Amino acid sequence: MGLQLAITDLEQLKDRPEAAALLASHPAAVTAAKFDRNELTLWLDRIALRDACLTLKNDPQLQYNALADITCVDWYPREPRFEVVYHLFSIPNKKYLRLKVKLSGDDANIDSLTPIWPGANFFEREVFDLFGVRFDGHPNLIRIMMPENWEGHPLRKDYPVEGYR
Amino acid sequence: MAHMTPTPVLDPSQDQTMILNMGPQHPSTHGVLRLLLEVDGETIVRVMPDIGYLHTGIEKTCEAKFYQQVVPMTDRIDYLCPMTNNLAYCLAVEKLLGIEIPPRAQWIRVMLNELTRINSHLVWLGTHALDIGAMTVFLYCFREREDVLRLFEAVSGQRMMTSYFRIGGLALEPPLGFFERVKKFLGHFPGNIDEYENLLTNNPIWVQRTKGVAYLSAEDAVALCATGPTLRGSGVDVDLRRDLPYTGYENFKFNVPVSNDGDVYARYMIRVAELRESQKIAMQALEGMPEGPVKADAPKVVLPDREKMKTQMEALIYHFKIVTEGFTVPEGEVYMPIESPRGEMGYYVVSDGTAKPYRVHMRSPSFANLQTLRKMCEGRLIADVVAAIGSIDIVLGDCDR
Repeated sequence: MGLQLAITDLEQLKDRPEAAALLASHPAAVTAAKFDRNELTLWLDRIALRDACLTLKNDPQLQYNALADITCVDWYPREPRFEVVYHLFSIPNKKYLRLKVKLSGDDANIDSLTPIWPGANFFEREVFDLFGVRFDGHPNLIRIMMPENWEGHPLRKDYPVEGYR
Repeated sequence: MAHMTPTPVLDPSQDQTMILNMGPQHPSTHGVLRLLLEVDGETIVRVMPDIGYLHTGIEKTCEAKFYQQVVPMTDRIDYLCPMTNNLAYCLAVEKLLGIEIPPRAQWIRVMLNELTRINSHLVWLGTHALDIGAMTVFLYCFREREDVLRLFEAVSGQRMMTSYFRIGGLALEPPLGFFERVKKFLGHFPGNIDEYENLLTNNPIWVQRTKGVAYLSAEDAVALCATGPTLRGSGVDVDLRRDLPYTGYENFKFNVPVSNDGDVYARYMIRVAELRESQKIAMQALEGMPEGPVKADAPKVVLPDREKMKTQMEALIYHFKIVTEGFTVPEGEVYMPIESPRGEMGYYVVSDGTAKPYRVHMRSPSFANLQTLRKMCEGRLIADVVAAIGSIDIVLGDCDR
């Protein structure tokens, strides 16, 4: 099999239906793209996230109607440090799409996807709990894994693996 | 965690509903799930699941381990389907590395995965029936489950935490006589499924406790991120084994049971039908088992055979290097979803080019499926909550990670 070189140029990927649909409706929304190991990733501007998801969900061709997963990656000490990662799944087309939004450490806020998919609720609570990213418009943004009075966000890279002693 | 969650304050002047605490130590919550039920008499007004009791921080621990050291951790996420978790993680790292797995290893992986599905569904069926009051089924199911666990023990040395799959193939060739034992088990298993069905499928008490109970519409199931039998029970036809085949599933013929009823009975019928399909797939794997190696030809990733290690200098060096410093994985990220007995088990692995994963995230089916509980239970009786929890088939280890 071997690995093929990743395509990281938005110009080369702008004809992909997902990228084309987003570029047509929100020209400034897509900031970067990558096609690597048969998986397409689009980086979005955080203001455009909710509209972009609605576009992808309602587009008659694309039909990304299911949310598979939300998680986050902490690139500390690099800035912007957080990358919130969304995996969308199209049930009719059986295809996955990865969306990413970069957030800086001192302003880690992003729109919640719960108005589009109520199932985003637990995923966003988990990211909030373990990374400290806040989701605006979430109905119940409280810790889900850790105790209510826990200090810190364990999956951040500056949080020691063995915890604070 | 739960004991910290403040109990919602109700308006005393209204004085109509009360909060009923269910769990975390409750026999029918399948582990340590705590539910806050707001009830109006016997009727559920609101369900608030409270999880986190089994949170062990596996995702954080993975970041401190070499890639190959993560495999045993994946067993412990979902103790009813260790092989599925092993497989999803190994496939993710193999995709990152770009290595190809020999057909024999793929076939054995498929066979063991279907045995794992049988194992998991048997525990589900037994405990689900026990929750609703049918005690005998539990004894029958655990009889066959014991057979499967003995097979796991034969192949991996462990009954539950198997860790049998490796990045690049399998740990070892299965022992002599193993395939005959699997064949013997698969031979009598369809008859066993008939036994369970005789006890339940047309049993009037079972039908009354499950039919029309905990209804979930297709729209709600998709909106709430449900997957697996919970989603197929609501009439959405998704099975990743068929739709996005991995590890050679495209070579097997099987049906995907779907039902439009969306109730507990539909999810029961789907899982029982899946038991039969799993038996068929495992039988096909057994009959078409190719010959050849069970490890990929990737000396920098796969540990050499014991004999080679003791006779060849090069193999010894590779062995030493893999064990002491791991192997590096090219930079990148993959999301590897597979169909676990509970639904979509996805591993999102990010590599920064070193020997340890930068981030491992498990998208676990129990966690997402638990969100459907609210829709299923509201407006129904307390006794139906137990049936609804059983029909989602959650494993709290999988849920909390």
